[in-house]
Amino acid sequence: MPPETADMNESDIKEEYTRFIGRKILFIAILAALLILIAGIAASLGSANIALTDTYSAILERFLPDYLSPSNLATNVVWNLRLPRILMGIAAGIGLAVAGSAMQGILRNPLASPYTLGISSAAGFGAALAILLGKGVVEGEYIVIANAFIFALLASVIIIGIARYKGTRPETMILAGIAIMYFFSAMTNLLQYFGDADAVKEVVFWMLGDLDRSSWDTLGLVGIVLVLCVPLLMMRSWDFNVMAAGDETAKSLGVRVERVRILSMILAALLTASIVCFTGTIGFIGLVSPHITRMAIGGDNRFLLPASGLVGAVILVGADTIARNIIAPVIIPVGIMTSFIGVPFFYYLIMKKGREYW
Amino acid sequence: MRLQIRDLSFSYGSTQILKDISMELGASDVLGIVGPNGAGKSTLIRCIDRILVPQHGTVLLDGQEMGQMSSMEIAKKIGYVPQSISNTFPATVFDTVLMGRRPHLGWRSSEEDIDVVLEVLTMLKIKYLAMRDFNEISGGQQQKVLIARALAQDAEILLLDEPTSNLDIRHQLEVMEILTKLVKKRGLSVMMAIHDLNLASRYSDRIIMLNGGGIRDAGDPVSVLTAENIQSVYGAEVIVKHEAGKPYIIPIRSLGD
Repeated sequence: MPPETADMNESDIKEEYTRFIGRKILFIAILAALLILIAGIAASLGSANIALTDTYSAILERFLPDYLSPSNLATNVVWNLRLPRILMGIAAGIGLAVAGSAMQGILRNPLASPYTLGISSAAGFGAALAILLGKGVVEGEYIVIANAFIFALLASVIIIGIARYKGTRPETMILAGIAIMYFFSAMTNLLQYFGDADAVKEVVFWMLGDLDRSSWDTLGLVGIVLVLCVPLLMMRSWDFNVMAAGDETAKSLGVRVERVRILSMILAALLTASIVCFTGTIGFIGLVSPHITRMAIGGDNRFLLPASGLVGAVILVGADTIARNIIAPVIIPVGIMTSFIGVPFFYYLIMKKGREYW
Repeated sequence: MRLQIRDLSFSYGSTQILKDISMELGASDVLGIVGPNGAGKSTLIRCIDRILVPQHGTVLLDGQEMGQMSSMEIAKKIGYVPQSISNTFPATVFDTVLMGRRPHLGWRSSEEDIDVVLEVLTMLKIKYLAMRDFNEISGGQQQKVLIARALAQDAEILLLDEPTSNLDIRHQLEVMEILTKLVKKRGLSVMMAIHDLNLASRYSDRIIMLNGGGIRDAGDPVSVLTAENIQSVYGAEVIVKHEAGKPYIIPIRSLGD
């Protein structure tokens, strides 16, 4: 008998499989710990210098008032200035990465992301419309946010509409998304071409993507969407796994492919829209977090979705912390910084792995 | 009868692929579907598993109209083995077979699901592949993994689309032997689209010959695989020899239009 057919023991495989799953859970646990650490460091860094221990006790004091006594300065700065921003970074990182993972899964395409499917550029156009022309779906201070949100959803409605009409083949949806992206960036360019210089600058700033506009209120809204959409997508993990093997296989295994694809697309679009309308377009996170995660723990969506969410949060909060402090008091928009940090890291992983991943 | 197909028709747009197909698949039956390229073999299999929805006709699964069944109910009874798949994102062999548990599964895979996968891998002697990447194993190994997945599904009826087309002769025989053994041991019913007429003859209880979307002939291998049938359906001249009660086809030449 050739050596390869000398079969392994059944309990050995079971053990190996258990270890295989265990490694994925460990990866998620390490990420969660890392995120807490980075969030703490982020909360301690800034123009007012606060020690790391003081930072953590300021955070925990709300929950354990009897045991901790942080300084007033720490409590004030951390709770009022830094935490909303950091938590928004975490929420945006999780939301965009989970949306990206889901889109890549249902469309079976490693290039799918909220950015490449035109959702972000539609949000950008909505914001530009509000900033440059003062035209929007609502009046008043929320006009930019509301516009960005509505246009982001509009882009996905168009993609889903085409899919319903022409069939939900991944290629159709991706091409429709890319076409939408070009359309909305052309519209934004047109507005900018005729726009007033200061307003154009504001549009450019909006589109760079940053966490400056974070507050407890916006965080609450994003949090609600996250709590609704992320678990619903995670419940679909098995369907995403099966769909990776092709629509036919998925159908033969009882998955209602069209329905899952459209529902998941709606959830991912809702997640993206509710985040980018507050942060501007932070494109890179949604594309790259799922890939980094796949390289580390493989493509099983049961673990990929939560893990890539945490990877997205770690990258976004880490990048924002560097962006806030590297040439303080100037704050570099986090959209720029995520690419500066993410791209070299991503290249490093591609070179190091040297295995085919898609 | 496990499957009863009545007047099944299917078109892509205005192109009709299948016309009024009526046939049956019995318990512990191995049914070979043969016919030239484009005859509708794969389409027929996909229509039966409702991967494609036929425009006309009915398929009864154990007496129940399949159009009325949920996709999960169907998936618990019918396993579909495609010619090949390519996972867009890497998956291990173990996880690929575990996908077969999808119709039975919650979010977590239970101990039982893992045991079923191990049992199936053992039965097909591919345990040693368990932790390998599906995309990196050979065509013959992949075919066995796909059969394993259908078995993990606990399906009682297997529909296979060209299970041997990418394989060398040893692996062709191995796959066919696995299938016939499963029919004997587990009472499975097997329906396979197959190009190789000699394999079809050797391993099928009955053969259906399709041509141009309709049934040209049906019956046991001896009555269907005749030189006349093959000449008129495939446009090829052959000699048919008989060995141990089965016909074997010796190719001579293609006949021009």
